[in-house]
Amino acid sequence: MAAPPTLALANVSKSFGAVRALRDVSIELFAGETHGLAGENGAGKSTLVKTLAGVHRPDSGQVLLGGEPVDFAGPADAQQAGVAVIYQEPTLFPDLSVAENIFMGRQPRRGLGRIDRKSMHARTRELFGRLGVALDPEQPSRGLSIADQQLVEIAKAISRDARVLIMDEPTAALSGHEVTRLFSVAEALREQGCALLFISHRLDEIFTLCQRVTTLRDGAWIASEPVDGLTHDDLIRRMVGREVATLFPKEEAAVGEVALKVERLTREGVFTDVSFEVRRGEIVALAGLVGAGRSEVARAVFGIDRWDAGSVTVDGATLPAGSPTAAMNAGLALVPEDRRQQGLVMDLSIERNIGLTGLRELRRGPTISRRAERDRARDWALRLQLKFARLADGVGVLSGGNQQKVVLAKWLATEPSVLIVDEPTRGIDVGTKAEVHRLLSELAGQGIAVLMISSELPEVLGMADRVLVMHEGRLAAEIPRAEATEESVMSAATGRAA
Amino acid sequence: MGGLSLMGRALRWDVLVASLLVAVFVAGSFTTPGFATTGNLSFALSDLGEIALIALAMTLLVVAAEVDLSVASVLGLSSALVGAMWEGGMAIETIIPLVVLVGAVCGLVNGLLVTRLGLPSLAVTIGTLALYRGLAYVVLGDKAIAQFPPGYVALAVDDVPGTPIPYPIALFILLAVIVGVVLHATGFGRSLYAIGAQEQVAFFAGIRVKRIKLLLFVVSGTVAAFAGVIFTLRYGSARADNGLGIELAVIAAVLLGGVDFDGGKGTLGGVIAGVLLIGLLRNLLMLGDVSTEIQSIVTGLLLIVSVLTPRLVSLIRPALKGTP
Repeated sequence: MAAPPTLALANVSKSFGAVRALRDVSIELFAGETHGLAGENGAGKSTLVKTLAGVHRPDSGQVLLGGEPVDFAGPADAQQAGVAVIYQEPTLFPDLSVAENIFMGRQPRRGLGRIDRKSMHARTRELFGRLGVALDPEQPSRGLSIADQQLVEIAKAISRDARVLIMDEPTAALSGHEVTRLFSVAEALREQGCALLFISHRLDEIFTLCQRVTTLRDGAWIASEPVDGLTHDDLIRRMVGREVATLFPKEEAAVGEVALKVERLTREGVFTDVSFEVRRGEIVALAGLVGAGRSEVARAVFGIDRWDAGSVTVDGATLPAGSPTAAMNAGLALVPEDRRQQGLVMDLSIERNIGLTGLRELRRGPTISRRAERDRARDWALRLQLKFARLADGVGVLSGGNQQKVVLAKWLATEPSVLIVDEPTRGIDVGTKAEVHRLLSELAGQGIAVLMISSELPEVLGMADRVLVMHEGRLAAEIPRAEATEESVMSAATGRAA
Repeated sequence: MGGLSLMGRALRWDVLVASLLVAVFVAGSFTTPGFATTGNLSFALSDLGEIALIALAMTLLVVAAEVDLSVASVLGLSSALVGAMWEGGMAIETIIPLVVLVGAVCGLVNGLLVTRLGLPSLAVTIGTLALYRGLAYVVLGDKAIAQFPPGYVALAVDDVPGTPIPYPIALFILLAVIVGVVLHATGFGRSLYAIGAQEQVAFFAGIRVKRIKLLLFVVSGTVAAFAGVIFTLRYGSARADNGLGIELAVIAAVLLGGVDFDGGKGTLGGVIAGVLLIGLLRNLLMLGDVSTEIQSIVTGLLLIVSVLTPRLVSLIRPALKGTP
C-alpha cells in the first residue's frame, strides 16, 4: 500500500461512563474502496461512525487524515476535512428546494448579495448528472422519498468535495430497486476516488458492495479483511462468536395454560401478520435486529399503539386495540424500552413511581393511603433488593440498574399474568443484570408468562424457552431452545432463514 | 440529598411566596391608610372571588401541563347570557344552571380540540379566548343589563353572617379544601402530576390521559361560567366585556404560587398564597389610586417574575449547597 488511508482510526478507545463503547479499535478507509462495517446491535458501530465524523473525541488513540493525526473539535471540522455522513433518515429542510438544501449556507451569489438561482440549479443538475440520478433541482424536498433524500444528501456531500462518505445503515428503509440505485451511485463515487464506509445489518449487501469488511464485537475490533473468500457464516461467527456457556440459566418451570395469544397482528407499515403464544411458566424471547419491529409489536399488544388487524387475548379475554388501561386490567404488564421517557417519572419519588400503577388498589375511601403506597413500595424494593436511601427519594438519583428495578417493581406490583420486558438489561451493570435474569426466571417459575425482547444474543439464548425471530416486520422463525444458537438466530434475523 | 438546609427550606417557593405575602401585608398596613381594616380586607377578598375560583381549576390544568386562556371570555359569555336571559324574562333559578352548562360545553370544546386533535392548549385557548368573547358580544352587544333579584345579589356581595368572609370566598374555601384533597391525596391527583411531568410514563402506566385532560377543561369552563354569574351579580351588571383580561391575573397567581408552567410541580397551598398576594397588590394599587394601566403593568411584571425567579433560584441553589 503506497498511499496512506484517506481516513483512519488507530487504536481508538471511547467510554461513556462505565460503558466502554470502543476498545482499541483500528480501521483504515482507502480511496477507491468501499469498506463494510459489521457487528451486532451495541457492538460499537455508531460510536465508531461518530468518532470518524467528529461527534465524539477518542479517549485514547488517534484519528488519522491522509496519514496525519487530526483532532476534530466537532462535526464541522470533520466536514471541512471532507468527511460526510449519510444517516438512515436524512434531515433536509422540507420547505426548501432540493438545490437550496444542497447549497444551504453556500449559495452562489450575484450582484447585491442576491442568490444566483440559475447557477445554483445548473450546478445541482451537474451533480445529479455525476451521480446518474434524475431529480429536479427546483422541486421542494417535502414529499421526496427517503431514498431520494439520501441522494440529495450525497449530492450535498459531493458538492463539498467530500473524500470520505460514511453511510450509516442507509438501506434500512429502502425498497429493493432503491437499494440498487443507491449502490450504483456508491459504485460511481468509489470509481471517482472516494473512500466509502458502509454499515448495514443486511450481510448480503456488504458482500455485494464492499471490498473489505471490519467486524466489531462488544466494542472491540475483531477483524479487517477482504470480502473475497469470506462466507456469510464466517462473518456471522465473527460478529457473535462468544462463549455463551451457561451465563444466564433459566430454571425449568412447569409450562401451563396459554396466557398471551397474539393472532395475525398487523400494524400497517410497521409489522405484518404476527402470531404467537406465550404460556404460563415460559420465557419467550423476541429477537431480531433493531428496526425489525419487536418493540412495536410489544407496544401494540399492550395498547400503546393501535393495531390494524388481528387480535390479542390474555387469559382467554380479548383486548380492545389501543388501550393500555384495558391491557393492564386484563393482567398484562409492559416494562418499556426507554426508562426515562416511558418507564419512570424522574421527578417523582421511588414510592410514587411504584404506586403509579396501583392508584386504584391504594385507595382507602376517596384518598390514597400513603401507608399502603409506602408498604407496596417497600415490599417490592426489598424483594428486588433495590439499593436506596429513602423511598421518598427521587428516582433520578438511582443508578440505571436500580431505576430498572423500580420499573420492574412498579409492574410486578400489579401482579400480572403476562409480563413483557423490552430490553430489560440495557444500560445496567453486570451484577444487576444477573439479578434481573434470576428474577425473570423466578417469575416464570411462579407461573407468569414472560415475553422478553432483547438485542443481546447471550441473554436470549440463556433465558428463553423459545426464540421468536423477527425480520423486517414479520416473524421469520420460531426456534425451540434446543436448536437456538447464535448462528441460527442471527441467520433468521438477517433474513437468511432456511 | 438529606434534609434541606435552613437556606434551602427558605428557598422553597411556596414558603417564599407566603413570606412575601406577609411582608406585603405589613408594608401595606404601614404605608396605606385604610388598608388594614376589616372592611377593606373583606372587600379585597370579595374583589378576588372570581380570580380565586378560576385559579383552582387552572391549577389542576397547569399541573397537568395544560392551560386554559379562555376562562375570562367564558366568564364574559356567561355574564352576557345571564343578562340576555334575564332581560328575556327567564327566572334566575333557570338561568344559572343553563349558563353553567354552557360553560361546561365551552370547556368541552377546548378539551376535545386538545385531546382529540392533539392541538396545543395554548393555541386552542387563545383561539377560543377570542371566539367566546366574540359570542358574548353577539349575545348582548354593547348593552348592560342590571337589576337582578336582591336575594341573589346579596349572595354575591354579603358576608357570611358573623364573619368578614364574603359568600363567594366561603365557596372558594370549600372548593379549595376539595381541590387540595383531590390534588394531593387522591389517585386522580397523582395522575395529574405524572401526566404533567412525563405524559408518556403516565400513559404507559394505564392512566387515561386524554379522558383526564378532557375532564379538566370541562371543569375549567364550568368554574369560569359560574364565576361569571358571581361577577354579574356582584357588580349588578351583565356586560359582554365583564372580566376582560383576568385570565392573566389567574395565571400570574398560579405561577406565582409555584406551579411550573411545564407541569408536574406545585402545591395548592402555594397557589392560594399566590392568589392572596395578587389580591393584596391589586387592592393596594387601587387604594393608592394607581391607574388601571399601572395595575396591568404590575400583573405583567408579576407573571414574568414568577416564571423567572424559580429559574434563578435553581441556579443559586447549587451554589449555596456547594459553599460550607
